Amino acid sequence: MPEVLKAPLVLEFPFTRSLGPVQSAFLTGLRERVVLGVRTSDARTLVPPVEYDPVTAEELRDLVEVAPTGTVTTWAWNHAPRRGQPLDTPFAWALVRLDGADTALLHALDAPGPDTVRTGMRVRIRWAEERTGAITDIACFEPYDGAAPRLTGHDGHFDNAVTGIVAPARLDYTYSPGRAQSAYIDALAGHRTVGERCPACRKVYVPPRGACPTCGVATAEQVEVGPRGTVTTFCIVNIKAKNLDIEVPYVYAHIALDGADLALHGRIGGIPYDRVRMGLRVEPVWTEGARYPDHYRPTGEPDAQYETYKELL
Amino acid sequence: MTREIAVIAFAQTDHRRTSDELSEVEMLMPVLHEVLDRTGLQTADIGFTCSGSSDYLAGRAFSFTLALDGVGAWPPISESHVETDGAWALYEAWTKLLTGEADTALVYAYGKSSPGSVRDVLTRQLDPYYVAPLWPDSVALAALQAQALIDAGETDEPALAAVAARSRAAGQDNPHAQLRGSVPHGDYLVRPLRTGDCPPVGDGAAAVILAAGERARALCARPAWIRGIDHRIEAHSLGVRDLTDSPSTRLAAERAGAFDRPVDTAELHAPFTAQEIVLRKALRLDDTVCVNPSGGPLAANPVMAAGLIRIGEAAARVHRGASDRALAHATSGPCLQQNLVAVLEGDPR
Repeated sequence: MPEVLKAPLVLEFPFTRSLGPVQSAFLTGLRERVVLGVRTSDARTLVPPVEYDPVTAEELRDLVEVAPTGTVTTWAWNHAPRRGQPLDTPFAWALVRLDGADTALLHALDAPGPDTVRTGMRVRIRWAEERTGAITDIACFEPYDGAAPRLTGHDGHFDNAVTGIVAPARLDYTYSPGRAQSAYIDALAGHRTVGERCPACRKVYVPPRGACPTCGVATAEQVEVGPRGTVTTFCIVNIKAKNLDIEVPYVYAHIALDGADLALHGRIGGIPYDRVRMGLRVEPVWTEGARYPDHYRPTGEPDAQYETYKELL
Repeated sequence: MTREIAVIAFAQTDHRRTSDELSEVEMLMPVLHEVLDRTGLQTADIGFTCSGSSDYLAGRAFSFTLALDGVGAWPPISESHVETDGAWALYEAWTKLLTGEADTALVYAYGKSSPGSVRDVLTRQLDPYYVAPLWPDSVALAALQAQALIDAGETDEPALAAVAARSRAAGQDNPHAQLRGSVPHGDYLVRPLRTGDCPPVGDGAAAVILAAGERARALCARPAWIRGIDHRIEAHSLGVRDLTDSPSTRLAAERAGAFDRPVDTAELHAPFTAQEIVLRKALRLDDTVCVNPSGGPLAANPVMAAGLIRIGEAAARVHRGASDRALAHATSGPCLQQNLVAVLEGDPR
C-alpha cells in the first residue's frame, strides 16, 4: 500500500454581505466614531444592535447613541493570538457593556497581562486609524478610569451610510484523500489508471472512493483499466473558463476506460470538435511531468458499438 | 404521542487524533455495517436515513454525498442530511417515524477535525457582521463562559479540574475514547481554561438505528424508548445571554419530560468542563445521577458526532440493563447556544 498522500489545501473566499438598516447605522457609526444601540419596546438598549428583538422578534429601528466607555462583564486571557484576531500581542477577550447599553459587545481588550484584568473593570474603545464601516473599526478596548465622555447626540442618520461589508475568510487544511484515492493517485504517477472492484456487484469504479455506492461495501481489489476507452457522451464547451489556457470550442466527454464500469471525464483533443461522437475510441495523452492525462485523443480504431457501452451512459 | 419509537442499536469508531489514511466514507462505513449487523437489518430494510456532518471540518465539499456511498443508496433511498450534530439528524428521523411513513431509521454522523484547525473552523458559524470578523475561536468563547461562572461563584478552577479528571477516569472503561485515565490538567489555553478543561481534537463517526413499536421489540431485546425529545435555541448574540445559565436546555428538558421522574444516568454534551456545571444546574442533576459514564466529550469529541454519541451511549446503557431511565443531551453553537434533550427508558424488568 502506498504511503498516505497529503497536501496543503487553502480555502479562501470573500463574503460580500448586505446590511439591514440597523446594522448599516451601527457600522457607519463606528466609521464616524459613534456607537449606536437599538431600543426595544421594554426600554432595553441592545449593543451591538440587531434588526429584530431577540426575545419578542419585534422589528427594531429606534437607534440611540451610547458611550464609547463601559464595563467588562466577563473576560478570558488569550496568550497566543491567532490569525485574524484583533491584536497580535497577548490580549483579553472581553464582553463589554457600554455605558447606556443593557447588553455586552465582544471584542479584544489590550492590557499588559491577565493580572491587570478583572470583571467590572472600566474600559473604553480604542478606534482604528483607518475605519471603513466594520466591527474592526474598533481596534480594541483599553483600560480607562476617566469619566464617560459626552455623547455627540447623534440620531443615527448618516451621509454615505455603508450598505454592505466584505468579510474575507481563510481556512487552512492538510488534505489527505484516504486509502482508495491515494492508491489511485499513486498509480497515476506511473501513467496507470487503477480502479477498484466491488466484491458484491463486481463493478469496477474509476476513480475509486473506497466504497461501492450501490452496495455500500468496501472496495479493495485493485484493477488496472484502460489505457484506451470509449466516449460515452460529450458536450461542446464554447465559453472560456477563467485561468484555463484551452482554445474554445473544445469537447469535454465521459470516457469509459476499457475494464471500468463507471465513466470518468476528460477533454478530447487531436480531432476537430465537431467530429467527436459517441462511441469514439480514445487514449490518454500525457504531458511531461503531469500527474494526470492532459487530454484524450482518437486511437484510430473503429467506433465502439452502442450496445457495448449503453450501460455506462 | 401516538407511536412508540426506540433507539435499538448504536455503534461508533475508535476516536483518534488523526485518521489520515481514511477518507470520510472509509472511516464511516465500518460503523454503518456494525450498527446494521446488531439488528440483522440491511440498507434495503431501512425506511429513512438521516445524517449530520459539516464539510467545513475537513474542507471537503459535498463530503456528505460521498459519505452516502457507504450506505449503499441504490435503489434510491429516502434520505436527508443536517449540517450540524447528528443528534439533530436523529430528531428529524424521530419525527419521520412519528408520521408513520417509516418504521426504521438509520442515523449517522461523522467528523474529521484533523485536516483543519477546528478552533478556527468553528468561528465561521458565528454572526458574520459583528463577531466572525474578529475570529474568536471556540476555546476563547468557552473561556468567557467559564470566567462568568467563576465570577458568579458557581465554580472555581479546582472544581473544573475535577470534572476533567472524573471524565477521563470514566473514559478508562470506554475502549473508543481518545483521552483516558490520568491526563495532566496542563497549562492555560485561554485562561481560565487549561488544556485539560478542553475536549480532545479528533476524528470519529457514530451511527444509531431507530425503530417504532413492535418492530423495535422484535429487533432489540431491550429497546431504549424515546419518551421525549426536544431542542431549543437561544439568541445568537453572546452579550444578550446569561452565560452562567442554559434556559434553552431547561426548556428542552421540560418539554422532553425529563423532570417528570428522576433519571439514573445523564450523558451530557459538555465539551468544556465549565459547561457541565451549567448543564447540571439547568437539568437539576444531583449526585445520585451517573453523569457521563462514557467519559463524555472530554474523553472523545468528534465534532458533529459527539452529540449523537451521547444519545447512543445513553441508549446502550438501557440496552444492557445498566440504566432504566437516562437523559441524553446534545449541543451546538458557541457557549451552549442550542440544546437538545432526549429521555430514554427501558421496559420494566
